[in-house]
Order: sequence, then structure tokens, then C-alpha cells
Amino acid sequence: MRRTYKFWITLVLLAGFHLAIFFAGFLAPYSFSAQNRDFSYAPPSRIHFVDSHGKFHVRPFVYQWITVAHRYGSYEENGQKAYPVRFFVAGAPYKLAGIFSSHLHLFGVDTPGRIFILGTDDYGRDQFSRLLYGGQISLAAGWIAAAFSILLGAVIGCLAGFYGGWIDDVLMRGGELFLALPWLYLLFAVRAALPLQVSQGQVFLLLIVVIGMIGWARPARLIRGIVLSAKQRNFVTAARAFGASDAYLLRRHILPQTYGVMLTQMTFLVPQYILAEVTLTFLGLGVGEPMASWGSLLASLQQYSVMVSYWWMFLPALLLIPVFFGYYTLADALQERVKSVAL
Amino acid sequence: MKYLARRLAYAVLLLGTISIFSFALLQWAPGNFFDSMRLDPHVSAQTVNAMRARYGANGPFVVCYAGWIRSLVKGDMGYSFAYGTAAGPLLWTRARNTLVLTASGTLLAWLLALPLGIWSAANKGTWGEKICGAATSSLMTIPDLLLSLILLLLAVRTGWFPTGGMISSGAANASFWSEIADIVRHLILPVAALTVSILPMLVRHIRSAMIDALESPFIRAARGHGIPRRRLLFVYALRAASNPLITLFGFSIAGMLSASLIVEVVLSWPGLGPLMVQSILARDVYVVIGIVMLSSVFLVAGNLVADVLLFVTDPRIRVE
Repeated sequence: MRRTYKFWITLVLLAGFHLAIFFAGFLAPYSFSAQNRDFSYAPPSRIHFVDSHGKFHVRPFVYQWITVAHRYGSYEENGQKAYPVRFFVAGAPYKLAGIFSSHLHLFGVDTPGRIFILGTDDYGRDQFSRLLYGGQISLAAGWIAAAFSILLGAVIGCLAGFYGGWIDDVLMRGGELFLALPWLYLLFAVRAALPLQVSQGQVFLLLIVVIGMIGWARPARLIRGIVLSAKQRNFVTAARAFGASDAYLLRRHILPQTYGVMLTQMTFLVPQYILAEVTLTFLGLGVGEPMASWGSLLASLQQYSVMVSYWWMFLPALLLIPVFFGYYTLADALQERVKSVAL
Repeated sequence: MKYLARRLAYAVLLLGTISIFSFALLQWAPGNFFDSMRLDPHVSAQTVNAMRARYGANGPFVVCYAGWIRSLVKGDMGYSFAYGTAAGPLLWTRARNTLVLTASGTLLAWLLALPLGIWSAANKGTWGEKICGAATSSLMTIPDLLLSLILLLLAVRTGWFPTGGMISSGAANASFWSEIADIVRHLILPVAALTVSILPMLVRHIRSAMIDALESPFIRAARGHGIPRRRLLFVYALRAASNPLITLFGFSIAGMLSASLIVEVVLSWPGLGPLMVQSILARDVYVVIGIVMLSSVFLVAGNLVADVLLFVTDPRIRVE
């Protein structure tokens, strides 16, 4: 009973998180590429309720950061003018899901004020907005690549398991080749074979294909195993005797039995692939500027000065941990469920 | 013996196939080193063609591959365009460093994971074990990349550890023991990162393998005979659980190698990882092939060791 409870909580939290990333345009106060050159590496804005005269306000407000005189890069609050945080404000236009245009944002402050919940990067871009928009790239890469891998694995696993013989031998030996290499080295080898300088859209496609290609072997193996045992079932033999075609058998009787494995493999692959995208982008082999991805948010930490001086640059990285925690819990729970159903 | 010979033959075959595949993949890759040279107006077309011929990049695939194999036998492993030397010597030192790092990481991770896993299997369901389980599963969710960054921050902030490299500039000329001590000091952080990245997975698997073994009827019978708990745990159950654990050892090497790539880059350990990233960016094909080959050699060798261990510990395989 307790397991189900944990499973649903994780599922709801993960779903909420994905929704937040999906509605990045609405939740983020600024665009991922909006630069504020005056606020390079500004620390997170402090949300105040009590102003400098000691008066309490119900509506939270922020003070503007101003550079400390003669000390480049250090900021202090300008207590002269408060910028109250407003909700449902009009701001930079964005497109929801690439279709619906809007310029409504959940929160923001009046210009020329700025609100930076997680601080800014070297171009003065809002890290919070970049985290949300970057999540779109990273999550989409993870999900699409995982789906690609599963699809590839399902096709290969079905072919190998259903037809057997030399097809099975060739496909499964090929799979072992992919399993024999450490996956990150494999990922880099495949990446090395593809062009370095391409446009943004192509880079994204390239990433998905590269990442998706490396992980098909394990799902293919598992699916093949299920197909092998499913093929022996009496109802499959019966259907075959009634004259069912191979395609019909696969679609109607055999594939449905592999859905459980596909689902659990998916939950294993998605976080691994998100990490693959993050790693590639971190090393400069993935999506480039000005696009944001979780990898490019981490990439600035490679600079010594950033790592030492600007602690808030670590915040997006720390936010990754709950996401991965959610995925791993989900994968564990799903695996238990599939096992208990199968037995 | 037949079993071992078969495993060895299989490993060699696997490496051969990997070499053909990676060679083919990178040979036909669009945009190689010579293409960018061709764009350079200072380099004439004849020079490029002469260079191609010299490095065996001309001709059909089979010829190129044969040329590469020949240089592999000589120990050159092709030619590094970016460094302007044979790739082999470049790779050997890097591979040795990666080996030092991953071997220490594997050793430490297993030394920690075995007692932890056995302990949590023996105390299954108690509060201490539950807390330990929760701690390991939360450690698992920290990506290697982040872990190495945090360790690097620790090194930078506290100054307790060197922030990168393998040896201090002054230490190379010092006595043998101080040199070793210096390398160990540089090893601490990367090894810690590798160990933490793989430890949770190991503990979980060891725990479940031990629980499987402890729940089997022969253990109950042994307990009924009054065999002490300690002996039961370490002699009977551990022996029975050794088969999945040795297989796990093979897997752990794969995980370790992957983790070491990123750890090496972030903590600037002069291993194969940073060279891999550099050579991809420089389109240094032979170096990339060499690194892919070396990493798979490590992995295949690790699995061979696991096979030998299985042969020694599991009588069922010997009878076969």
C-alpha cells in the first residue's frame, strides 16, 4: 500500500515539474536571451516585505541592484525605490508550445526594475528564465531520444525474437557490440563522427539521434526475450492456425505484452539521456549560445572565477537533483509494478 | 579451460568488430581533418593529397583499415594530426593515467560497498538500514558532472586538495616516495568522485543479491544446524551470492569508465577523457578511434577478469 502512495506522489511531482517546464514562457519573467549588460553576474534579488523605514508591506517587493562604486562586479541594493512584485503582468512576447503567442507572465516587476530569482549570468541574463527554457531543451532531448531508442529497440527486438535464426544472431551480436562499449565513450564516438558546425535546429536533431542511437541494445534484448516467450503462448499458436499474418500477430498479440518493459526502460533511459545531453552541451558538443540547456547553464562553472565568486551559478545545478530523484523513484516503482503484474 | 578459451576468443572477436565499426564510422564521417586544411589558402591541394597518402587516408576502406592495423602492430595506432606525432605514445600515458584512476576507484568502491551491502542485507528492515538505503539512493541521484563540480569547488575553497592535474610541477624530480605521495594527493578528489558515483549502485545490487542468498532454504538449514551468524553471512551466503556479484563487477567497470570520462574533464586528470573531448573538437580521427579502442579494451579486460573469477568461484561453470 505504501509503495503505491509513494509512486503517486512522485508521479504528481514529476508531472507538475514537467508542466512548469512546458509553460516556461509563462512562468519565466524574461526571455532566455534577454541581456542586461548592466547586471552581469548579479546575485539573486532579495524579496522584501519590510522596507528601509521598517514599514511592513503585504505585497513583496525588490530593490534594484546597483554596482558598488569602483568595485566592478559587486552589487548592493538601492534602497531608494522599491519595485513591488506584480502578478500576471505583460512582458516579453513568447510562444507557448510554439503555437500560441502571448505576453502574459506569472510575475514580474515594473521596468526599469528587474527581478532575478536565481541571479544572472555573464550577459546579465536571468538564470531562472534560462533554467526553465533550458529545461525545455534538455527534457525534450531526453524524452525524444528515449522514445527513439525504445522504438529502435522494439523493432530490432521484435525482428530478432519473432524471426529468430540468423536475423536474431546478427541483431543480437550487433547489440552486444553496443553494450560492450562504455556508454559515454560510445556517445562521444558517435558524436565525433558528425559535423561540428551546424545550425541550432540541426544540432538539436543531431543530439537526439546521437543519444538515441547508443541505448537501443538493452531494450532490444529485453523485448526480444518477451517476444520469444510470447511466441510460444497457446493463443499465438491458435491465432497463427487461424491464418493470422506475422504483422497481425506482432501487433495484436505480441507487442502488447512488451508495453510494461518499454515503459520501465523509458523511465530508465529518460534521466540517463537528459544527463547525456547535459554532458555533451557542458563540453561544448551540444546546443550552443544563445540557446539555453541545463548543460550550458552548468558550462559557465568551468571557469574558475565563476565557480569561486558567484555561488548562485550552482543553484540551477542543484535543482537537477530532485528531477533525477523523481525519475529514479518512478523507475523503481514501475519496475516493482511490472514485476508484480508479470508474476 | 575450454570455457576460458572460448571467452578469450569471444573478447578478441568483439574488439576486432568494434575496431572495424569505429573505424568505418569515423572514416566516413563528414568533414575530416583534411577538409578544413583544404580550405586554408596557404596549403596547396598537392600537399593535402600528399599528406593523405602519407597517413594512409587514401584508397578504399579495406586499405585504410589494413594500414591502421599495421601501425597498431607497430604501436603507433595511426597518426595524430593535431599533435603531429604518432597517436600511440600520446595514448599510452593517457591510458595509464585513466587506468590508475579507475582501478583505484573500483577498488575503493568495492571495499566500501561490500561491507555496506552485506550489513544492510543482514539488518534488512531495521531503522539503520533504512536510513542507509535512503542515503545511498539519494547519492545515486547526484549526476557525476555535478558531483565533480562540487568536489572541485571544495578543493578551490578549502585549498586542502590540488585542483587538478596528476603531479605537482616540483614533485617530478623529488624522490620516488614523495612523488608517489604527490600523485596520491592528486588522486583523492577524482577517486572520491568516481567512488561516490558508483557506490550506491553497488550497494543496492550487493544487498539484493545477499538477501536472495540469505532467504534460500540452505541458509535456513545451516542456521538450524547452529552455524554462527557471522560464518553464515561471510562464508555461506557470500559464496552463494558471488555469482551475480562478479557479473556486477563487470558492469561496474563499464560504469566506472563512463564516469571517469566526465570526472577527468572536470577535475583535469590527464587521462583519456580530456583527450577525447579535445580530439573530437580537432577532428583528430585516429586519436578518437584509439581512445574508443582503449576504453573497450579496458572494459573487455575487466569482463575477462570477471569470467576468470566466475570460473574459480562457481563450480557449475567448471563442470560445464
